[in-house]
Amino acid sequence: NISPISHSLTHSDKHKHRNKMAKSPETEHPNKAFGWAARDKSGLLSPFHFSRRDNGENDVTVKILYCGVCHTDLHTIKNDWGFTYYPVVPGHEIVGIATKVGKNVTTFKEGDRVGVGVITGSCQSCESCDQDLENYCPQMAFTYNAIGSDGTKNYGGYSETIVVDQRFVLRFPEGLPSDSGAPLLCAGITVYSPMKYYGMTEPGKHLGVAGLGGLGHVAVKIGKAFGLKVTVISSSPSKEDEAINRLGADSFLVSSDPRNMKAAIGTMDYIIDTVSAVHALFPLLSLLKVNGKLVTLGLPEKPLELPIFPLVLGRKMVGGSDVGGMKETQEMLDFCAKHNITADIELIKMDEINSAMERLAKSDVRYRFVIDVANSLSPP
Amino acid sequence: MDPRHLMDYVTTYTCSRHIKLAVDHRIPTSEFGSVMEKSPENQYPVTAFGWAARDSSGVLSPFNFSRRATGEKDVTFKVLYCGICHSDLHQIKNEWGTTNYPVVPGHEIVGVVREVGDKVQKFKVGDRVGVGGLLGSCHSCENCASDLENYCPKMVITHNGTHYDGNPTYGGYSDIMVCDESFVIRFPENLPLDACAPLLCGGITSYSPLRHFGLDKHGLHVGVVGLGGIGHLALKFAKAFGVKVTVISTSPGKMKEATERLGADSFLVSSDPDQMEAAMGTMDGIIDTVSAPHPLLALLGLLKSHGKLIMVGAPDKPLELPIFPLLMGRKIVAGSSIGGIKETQEMIDFAAKYNITADIELIPIEYVNTAMERLAKADVRYRFVIDIGNSLKN
Repeated sequence: NISPISHSLTHSDKHKHRNKMAKSPETEHPNKAFGWAARDKSGLLSPFHFSRRDNGENDVTVKILYCGVCHTDLHTIKNDWGFTYYPVVPGHEIVGIATKVGKNVTTFKEGDRVGVGVITGSCQSCESCDQDLENYCPQMAFTYNAIGSDGTKNYGGYSETIVVDQRFVLRFPEGLPSDSGAPLLCAGITVYSPMKYYGMTEPGKHLGVAGLGGLGHVAVKIGKAFGLKVTVISSSPSKEDEAINRLGADSFLVSSDPRNMKAAIGTMDYIIDTVSAVHALFPLLSLLKVNGKLVTLGLPEKPLELPIFPLVLGRKMVGGSDVGGMKETQEMLDFCAKHNITADIELIKMDEINSAMERLAKSDVRYRFVIDVANSLSPP
Repeated sequence: MDPRHLMDYVTTYTCSRHIKLAVDHRIPTSEFGSVMEKSPENQYPVTAFGWAARDSSGVLSPFNFSRRATGEKDVTFKVLYCGICHSDLHQIKNEWGTTNYPVVPGHEIVGVVREVGDKVQKFKVGDRVGVGGLLGSCHSCENCASDLENYCPKMVITHNGTHYDGNPTYGGYSDIMVCDESFVIRFPENLPLDACAPLLCGGITSYSPLRHFGLDKHGLHVGVVGLGGIGHLALKFAKAFGVKVTVISTSPGKMKEATERLGADSFLVSSDPDQMEAAMGTMDGIIDTVSAPHPLLALLGLLKSHGKLIMVGAPDKPLELPIFPLLMGRKIVAGSSIGGIKETQEMIDFAAKYNITADIELIPIEYVNTAMERLAKADVRYRFVIDIGNSLKN
């Protein structure tokens, strides 16, 4: 089994961490911090006292205004993937204000509006890091549920503040709202990066977006901004009206309707598959033209079944992608600001998070919850 | 896998009504009865002779049939040699559920031209030529326009297919072939016909994805899974491209040959977890020739980030695709199927330039059933080729 954070939570790391954890979360760092954490696989989140490091010379301290609720947060708090290290403070779609910058920090100053996304650490010296692909660095550390470079556990954005190395802080462009822009820090880059890498940006080509949730609805907007024809593929017929009339999709396919699906066979150049549950790839592969490309972005608990004949007979491809490097994430934010792309959000208070998670599990949100951290998170 | 699912796979790429007809013809006659009115001997005016399988035992035996007269764009050639591809074996035993008996296999066919039609421009009598896996396409779709006839929804396959006139296609285990010149490949003088017949399927099947997926650049590291007909040719082409090659195989016995005779840079025994772990994250690409179902996880692990796993063998059951390794390393799994005609000719010319031939065991037609038994056990180094010219007699 390959765990995505196996490189940062190896057995020896856990051992090191346990030693450091001779100190409690509250005392391992000098500055008191407060957030909400899940403590076991019930996934129930509740107030949690911990601590943050001092602002180092390369660091930016961020007072958190908003934090998006990503489906990964839900998978993690419930330990769906089997590598959650409790207690976990989720949250990697963070927007806030820089309140302190270290003396080596040149790109940010106090008062700047900044973002922090899915990763907050990498080795900064390997081939991947040199190519601005920190997200593929073997030492890459996630914003939460991972071990940082100082050997302590990272806690995420369901909290008041976060301290981050400047390399992993993003400038939030003028004109991009903090609340509806926050989800771009994961959902946005997660679809933008593979669309660029796999060449899914040729105007006039036909993009299918499977799943209309947090990732999917942003993929529709970004796809339209690239000049693509966009078809939403969804199991929920009720989403059609919105998909077309509000999100701008050109057409809508109900995936559970065999006649619909059959009529669309061999019509798409690309598919972005955002579905996070285990699902059949064969019907999606059928929708692709020859040389078609399917990028799978959801993270199901079990492997998917991959039929090989359609790949061989149509020279088709299934590829993965994992967020994006920092340079590309900034490029994506600037692109979205330019094209007025924001997420469709439902703003919630911190203490509504558990019912939000229940609704998220049922895909009952249009299309991302965002926690109004600054206005609702307060220590008891 | 339920054969009807395989039919679905095929029909999704062959949308036209005409090909629906062809697909219907592929439904085993035991279920639907024969849809052909004329017998094989009477379908066309020219007498032909070959060996065919008549049922799913796969046993091949003499078979009288017919070929069309040489049309104005046709090339007719006397078959000298025909390679035995593993898909011939899958097909004679109806392992994919799509075989319409009687079937004359063979799509690595080489010989000498004996007649050309009036409008033929590229070939003349006496030329050394070959035909691979397809002999017809629509010439008007996007794929054909991009020299990708092998992905045309109306492609006509060399055997167990259907001509546009509705008659079945019979392959190269036979004395003559009649083929539209657009699907005929020229063989340069310096290429031995017997040892190069397998290039027409095994060769192009490895050459095309190495080129298309950019695994042909000097200094890259490519793995080849399975050292059989396709695998040994993938190794030779990759070495000719200047690529470092590691053979990945379940048979430790093949290591000496792979490294000492065939030129592989290294050899990994896939059933040895220590070896596999030591090689993790070292390959830019992998050409996977194995058609039996097998796990992908370890192969994905061998790839560097942004690496590509290219399937050219086609397991008939879906394989498990572990998602995390795919995403965490931005890796891809893709497929590839033979190549277009232009690229097949390019591959033959490349092979002529770099002296790439297949390692073959030449057999008389009478040995073909034994050869099939041995092929089922991978007991051949690395392709059987039938000496049609010297052994196929009516």
